[in-house]
Amino acid sequence: MANHTNHSSHAESHGSLKSYVIGFILSIVLTIIPLVLVMNPLFSKTGTIIAIMIMAVLQFVIQLFFFMHIREGEKPRWNVQTLILGLVIVLTIVAGSIWIMAFNV
Amino acid sequence: MQQVANNHEHGHAHDHEHGHEEHEQLKVLGFWIFLVTDCILFGSLFATYAVLMHSYAGGPTGKELFELPGVIASTFILLTSSFTSGLAILAMNKGKVKELIGWLVVTALLGLSFIGLEISEFTHLVHEGATISTSAFWSAFFTLVGTHGVHVSVGLFWMVAIMLQLRRRGLTPVTRRKVTTLSLYWHFLDVVWIFLFTVVYLMGVM
Repeated sequence: MANHTNHSSHAESHGSLKSYVIGFILSIVLTIIPLVLVMNPLFSKTGTIIAIMIMAVLQFVIQLFFFMHIREGEKPRWNVQTLILGLVIVLTIVAGSIWIMAFNV
Repeated sequence: MQQVANNHEHGHAHDHEHGHEEHEQLKVLGFWIFLVTDCILFGSLFATYAVLMHSYAGGPTGKELFELPGVIASTFILLTSSFTSGLAILAMNKGKVKELIGWLVVTALLGLSFIGLEISEFTHLVHEGATISTSAFWSAFFTLVGTHGVHVSVGLFWMVAIMLQLRRRGLTPVTRRKVTTLSLYWHFLDVVWIFLFTVVYLMGVM
């Protein structure tokens, strides 16, 4: 269907219809599972929180690979490196804030 | 830099404008860096929300006021719009301007209904007595969700502007790059919403 063998086009992201459809279906599944888990809880509260957070992170990874085509960059993948640095900063801010404010109680 | 103002430049024309394309490629990287900084902005807002999650100050709680059906609807709407903006990219790679604009229109309409749902949710909350100044929890809530909503709204204006450019100039290296960054932005907003949906709404009603 979508022949993306057109070698020399750089400026746009690539990907095929198949990868978008797979990503879309996986995202829908990963949205429905947490919903079901919250509506009729199978696990304890902490268990559910951990499960739905894992689903959210999985869905983030799926969007990154199937929609944003993070694999298909040029030689040094500056975008991946920037993203990793950004995620380290975000994790530090979020985890650090929660941890330090836990002493407030 | 030369301007190639028609959509029939495939293959040969690419060699001549290689410098131009590399320049556009660099701009995509620059946009990616902006997205990462935007990620840090949302990270800070999420941290604030996580810290103030239970500071209701005697006011209404999220559990009492959140209405999941509307939120579930907006989640699927935004997810679908992320998918259709991907289809727009596919149409662009095939060089079909009309199909590209068509998918952008679908994406924009979905984004618009998302914003509509968000506005009606906010009005409902305010009527129930939860405003941005009710408690620390509601301040954090409205700031976090509202910032995402503002991003989507800005994205809508941007999308209309790019559709007009596509109509006027067709597919050039410049408009291709603009569509690429727009769709990256749109996917990014969907990613942020996934975490909003999980942390704010799903955990909120538990």
